[in-house]
Amino acid sequence: MGQPIISFKDYGFQYRAQASPTLYHINLDIYPGEKVLIAGASGSGKSTVGSCMNGLIPYAYPGESTGELLVGGKDPKKESIFTLSQIVGTVLQDTDGQFIGLTVGEDIAFALENDCIPQDEMKLTVEETAKLVDIDHHLEYAPHELSGGQKQRVSLAGVMVEQVQALLFDEPLANLDPAAGRVTIELIDEVQKRTGATVIIIEHRLEDVLWRSVDRIVLMDEGRIVADMPTKAFLADTMLLEHGIREPLYLTALRYAGVPITEELEPQHVDSLRLLEEHRGQVRAWYQDNEGLGRAKEQRREILSVENLSFGYTTEVQNLKNVSFSIREGEMVSIVGKNGAGKSTLAKLICGFEKPTSGRIYLDGRDLSDDTIKERAQRIGYVMQNPNQMISKPMIWDEVEMALLSGGMSAEERKERVEETLKICGLYPFRKWPVSALSFGQKKRVTIAGILVQQPNIIILDEPTAGQDYHHYTEIMEFLKSLNEQGFTIIMITHDMHLMLEYTPRAIVFCEGELLADTTAAHVLNDPALVQRASLKETSLYTLSMACSIDNPQAFTERFIAYEEAHRNRQEG
Amino acid sequence: MARVAVLNYIKRPSPVHELTGTTKLIFFIAWSVVSMVTFDTRVLLGMLLIGAVIFKVSQIRIRDISVVLGLAAVFLLLNNLFIYLFTPEYGVEVYESRKLLFSIVGRYTVTAQQLFYHLNITLKVICVVPIALLFIACTDPSEFASSLARIGVSYRAGYAVSLALRYIPDVQREYRNISQAQQARGIDLSGKDKLLTRLKNSVAILLPLIMSSINRIETVSNAMELRGFGKEKKRTWYMQRKLQRNDWLALGFALAILIIGLTVTFWNGSRYYNPFL
Repeated sequence: MGQPIISFKDYGFQYRAQASPTLYHINLDIYPGEKVLIAGASGSGKSTVGSCMNGLIPYAYPGESTGELLVGGKDPKKESIFTLSQIVGTVLQDTDGQFIGLTVGEDIAFALENDCIPQDEMKLTVEETAKLVDIDHHLEYAPHELSGGQKQRVSLAGVMVEQVQALLFDEPLANLDPAAGRVTIELIDEVQKRTGATVIIIEHRLEDVLWRSVDRIVLMDEGRIVADMPTKAFLADTMLLEHGIREPLYLTALRYAGVPITEELEPQHVDSLRLLEEHRGQVRAWYQDNEGLGRAKEQRREILSVENLSFGYTTEVQNLKNVSFSIREGEMVSIVGKNGAGKSTLAKLICGFEKPTSGRIYLDGRDLSDDTIKERAQRIGYVMQNPNQMISKPMIWDEVEMALLSGGMSAEERKERVEETLKICGLYPFRKWPVSALSFGQKKRVTIAGILVQQPNIIILDEPTAGQDYHHYTEIMEFLKSLNEQGFTIIMITHDMHLMLEYTPRAIVFCEGELLADTTAAHVLNDPALVQRASLKETSLYTLSMACSIDNPQAFTERFIAYEEAHRNRQEG
Repeated sequence: MARVAVLNYIKRPSPVHELTGTTKLIFFIAWSVVSMVTFDTRVLLGMLLIGAVIFKVSQIRIRDISVVLGLAAVFLLLNNLFIYLFTPEYGVEVYESRKLLFSIVGRYTVTAQQLFYHLNITLKVICVVPIALLFIACTDPSEFASSLARIGVSYRAGYAVSLALRYIPDVQREYRNISQAQQARGIDLSGKDKLLTRLKNSVAILLPLIMSSINRIETVSNAMELRGFGKEKKRTWYMQRKLQRNDWLALGFALAILIIGLTVTFWNGSRYYNPFL
């Protein structure tokens, strides 16, 4: 195997601004040509490990380190970030933020410009690298003309022009729709095969990364490496959930059915599982045993209905085309589709942020056309994706109270209302705290509380769980579910197939401004044609049920979800 | 989110667009120097004429830049108003003669000299503003940074300008999203409330906007450092173009304007052309 390209020996690190270390006793060798996944929950230290490799630590984030770290045989403390960046190229999580150039070509050339490469040579290199990641037909494009997946290609090309030895991907899937995420994983795989570069992926979405083979998985928790083994052996172990990572769905399903997960099963991919006839029988038996499971909810009255809604920001482009649907009181609904499909536009129209070109929106049968944003907000709340986009007061109490200040309520009434809301949201113990003392998930609750205080009937949430690991995802979603059980109607815009499947019985699918489907979540993900058109991704449960010759994959998925929910509730209760 | 852009690059096929950013920058600087220095009505009128021709050639239409032109007009009007309010007889001083047309009240007289002075001020602005707007509207933002670097500005400073241009649309979009969400929470900026309340309300939008901008800055600066920005004293430019024949012609023309303009201006030893003596 030769010399490792990256080698941590009993390494520890503490950020200057923090009271305790973020990394403890890290021992990790990564060899040339390897493909390694570093998994772990938020706050596990996995991103910090990445920053140690590419030189952001100690260059941009100073702190104290102990032990030894060598990158390409060099000590980062003695080298500049520039030397390190020529050994390890980094693709950051935020595809928009790292797009520096005004066009694709410029952005790819950025590193070459800094190296003072003559222009002719630079143009050639850019062209070649762009071809490698299949973006060579878009060199003139500006960032806003590209999809998330295309931006990621540009970022990748931008680090590959430097002939780096290792490519580091920091949460490459965070901002992508399911289909684009899958293509990215394929792209990383192809690039590695073509260039032989070492690849390090930092990501908590295990199943999505495993769409293509990974040699080794390193699992982190609370600043320590808790596992470092070949993929096969790793998956056969059952420690994932304890560390805030979700195991691939097909493995969970097999476990439920009583199939032991062993290395012989080849558990890395759902397509290549070596299921014995005995195993298939077990899965079928489980499927039949759980026949009664599945959700049937009573049909309530319609609360929101949208009729023939059309809208375009400019007259040439229609962002929403003749959309009609209705939502019943107490429903929990997902709105899915790729970026730019019209999901967010729809939310803006419902909230009155934009005016439709044609069509109507009814709330309780009353036309909303003449209602202002503020009037609608009394009934329909809108929560933005990132809590930092909404929080504007330093104290939790003030933040939650804000919406009431302009309503002419007495101080006493306001106090009562805020207290009640904080209790619903489980924030009452923190009522006197500053917002900055809260975790991301808690901040999210604060923003939701800031909306709930107006006592709306409907809450619309934009990507409520984006970028969250399994633990925080569960925390946020269980909270939303409890709100739903208290009678709030909840509409979520999401990319997350798990969310849609697990928490929302119904999904509305958009594609290029049109309503493509309005059906059950399980149905959506078991319809290959629909999945493809809407840039979604079928679940591995579908593939597994096919492999086990189960006649109705949709029912299989539904039973799995219901079984899991019952399982989860049992654990909690 | 294509909203009415106030001022941005407008791509059209024209000889002005084809010139390199460097040429346009130098031309613009020379042009600004002459029109700022001179008060010579003949020079200003000449430049006005040349400016009009360049404008015509550039394929940029008045309505493309009407918003900014309107603002400039308001500013010009205010400027003239204040000059008159503070120094109603400045023209008399400058042109060393006094031809009283009529009086308004007290020291506020109207003289031919003062009117002529205001005419010159107005001409100066009319000369500079459209060319400045044209420079922005016809220069590919990608060329800004490299043009600044070519005339000797540090590439770091140049890149700061270029990055600001790159992120303006993003920040605008962010502002819009945040302000919509905050309006839904009863934050009203429409002007029905008192000024103090409105100021307080705008903080509710600015604070999240600033927080998200700081995050953005951190990401960009990390991304730039990870790709070697600031490694060398110099850098090369992907979008820089070689100077063509037309560039040299334009540069020669700029030099000619500079020399002729300044010569004519200072021929009689003063920046002013004085028709009254």
